[in-house]
Amino acid sequence: MLSIQGIVKKYADHVALDHVSLEVPKGKIYGLLGPNGAGKTSLIRIINQITAPDEGRIFFNEEPLSPKHIAKIGYLPEERGLYKKMKIGEQMIYLAQLKGLSRSEAIQKIKYWFEKLHMETWWEKKVEDLSKGMQQKVQFVATIVHNPELIILDEPFSGFDPVNTQIIQDEILELNKNGATIIYSTHRMESVEELCDHIALINKSQKILEGEVNAIKQQYRKQQYQIYYQSDQEAQNWPSTDLFSLLNTETLASNTKLLTVQSHSASLNDILAFFIPWVQIQEVKEIIPSMRDIFIEHVTPTSKQPISNE
Amino acid sequence: MNKTLIIIKREYLSRVKKKSFLLVTFLMPILFIGLYAAIIVLTMKSFENTHATVYVYDHGQDGVDELLENSKNLTFIKGEDDLAGRLAKLHSSKDNTGVLIISDDFYNSKSVEYISSNKPNVTIQSEIKKNLRKIVREKQYADLDIDLEKIQQVDDQVYLSAKEINLEGEAQDSHTNVAMFLAMGLSALVYIALMLYGTQVLRGVIEEKTNRIVEVIISSVKPFELMMGKIVGIALVGLTQFLLWIVLSIGLFTVGTTLFLNPESFQSLETAQMSSSMDSQMDTLPENIQEIIQAIDFPMILGSFALFFIGGYLLYSALFAAIGSAVDNETEANQFTLPVTMPLLLAYVLSFGVLVNDPHGPIAVWLSMIPLTSPIAMMVRIAFGVPIWEIAVSLTLLILGFILTTWIAGKIYRVGILMYGKKASFKEIFKWLKYNK
Repeated sequence: MLSIQGIVKKYADHVALDHVSLEVPKGKIYGLLGPNGAGKTSLIRIINQITAPDEGRIFFNEEPLSPKHIAKIGYLPEERGLYKKMKIGEQMIYLAQLKGLSRSEAIQKIKYWFEKLHMETWWEKKVEDLSKGMQQKVQFVATIVHNPELIILDEPFSGFDPVNTQIIQDEILELNKNGATIIYSTHRMESVEELCDHIALINKSQKILEGEVNAIKQQYRKQQYQIYYQSDQEAQNWPSTDLFSLLNTETLASNTKLLTVQSHSASLNDILAFFIPWVQIQEVKEIIPSMRDIFIEHVTPTSKQPISNE
Repeated sequence: MNKTLIIIKREYLSRVKKKSFLLVTFLMPILFIGLYAAIIVLTMKSFENTHATVYVYDHGQDGVDELLENSKNLTFIKGEDDLAGRLAKLHSSKDNTGVLIISDDFYNSKSVEYISSNKPNVTIQSEIKKNLRKIVREKQYADLDIDLEKIQQVDDQVYLSAKEINLEGEAQDSHTNVAMFLAMGLSALVYIALMLYGTQVLRGVIEEKTNRIVEVIISSVKPFELMMGKIVGIALVGLTQFLLWIVLSIGLFTVGTTLFLNPESFQSLETAQMSSSMDSQMDTLPENIQEIIQAIDFPMILGSFALFFIGGYLLYSALFAAIGSAVDNETEANQFTLPVTMPLLLAYVLSFGVLVNDPHGPIAVWLSMIPLTSPIAMMVRIAFGVPIWEIAVSLTLLILGFILTTWIAGKIYRVGILMYGKKASFKEIFKWLKYNK
């Protein structure tokens, strides 16, 4: 869908993007992650052709990105706003027309979305009469009203209450189900796992991680397991072993205990086989890192060495 | 529909539909004409009311006080009573009263003192002076044994009627005074219009930037299209307003003149103007108002006003747009608008001096060619008549000028509108010019 190849963007005093390449697959929700100032907004502006890269190429459906693609992209910037004194309806029509819709088409589509999101009564209102959350909803509709193939959402949930967050999140998922590719830029990890199929992590102007969410999580497995077991005895009653090392032991209830172990290249089966003679196993879980953990691990200053496959 | 057209349409309609637009458009001519009428009425009133009673105290023995002649505006009364008492009374008197003290050696010192209850009226002063000069003159004639009667036969009045060669090679009356007032009026009009609509562009850009809507819009259109759409949209607002003003003014003027001013009052106005002329600078006072109006080449002036207003507006509004994009609020914009509008202000100020006094001199010609000052300077000169080729050169330069400023402004604008919270300096802005994309 979108292929970004070797993008470099320099400003007077710093490099915003340093040879960044990304592949956004069609029909997926693609998370563009990174801390503040990593270069996400610069990249998004380049995709939207607001600014041009100093180096590198971008292909939209295998065609070099050009102004004719503007109508196929919907963009919700992080810094957003509307004309305060203009009526909502007129404002939506204006923005839709700028995306290439005719006036009648625009009215029809806006009406559809306003009904869907219960905003019909807002048509004659002015932006300054709406709450911030309501304005965000209007802005969201403005982003998607022209049925874009690619929707770019930069921090779409900032300023929404939980109810509206859910409504918008459902709409995003539905748009995605109907074929739209979505680039979701954020530095807040909570919703990433819920929404994203793919992610790219950008830090300090460079891409440091890209791929399917599940694959990345697999990749960052540390072979740590949590084992819940029952035992009447206070102390460990099993012999010492080279299979794993103990990271933590916890007593949860009178006789329920939790072990956290780090495997030394032994499989879970081997570890379980080791324990079975000695304790009554209740539950076993592998510790899979959350995106949040991976994110923090990569962007904290102490761990900026290049990624290796463990 | 072309996207720039959509932007122009929004910029135009959102302003024209505002209540404040209608208010300004319809109130301004009424206000202006009201002001003009008030000035006329007050001027006429002031001539009727200028009358002073002057108590004369002559300390000399020459009988100068006997020679003073009463006139329409002056009544001389010989001060019989005590001078100090009169002066004390003068302080509390509300009428136009004064005390004239003539020194004992008047014919040599030629000085008198005039004391009045408040600041003495200029007309009164000059009439008293005129009276005294006549007395001195006649005394000197007599002393020199010059026959007064013969002197009175001398008539050195010369009638100079200034004419200019028109295009057909015929001499026609040259209304320099009319041209002067017209020039000043046009200069003020262009200046006010450029600042008025330029500021609207500035505000519009700042509004979009602080609203943060700009990023949404420029993801759909090029920043340059947005900038030009705004500039053109507001230009159309300006032209609409001017058109309405012209129509309204003509309408109101016609109604006003037919209803309230009859020929007699025109004449009394002219006599008022006659007597008000301090010295004889105004040699060729127009016979009547109709002649003044005929002397003005309206199509030429309106046509060139439209062209130079549009040219100047495009040039300056592009600069205003660039400034608006570089700052976060209007207060911050001031430090940039001041130096940018300096040339305009200079031309405006000069249009009340050098430009009208010497409209074809080197300063005026240069200023009318430099694009930053030509919208005002050329309009001033056009009131006095300028060869078509000069206007053409000036217009061409103006067009080149605004293409250049628009190009520069486009570059600054593109970078500026996406810079939030960063205090821009001239140095920073020059850096933006170097960005390629």
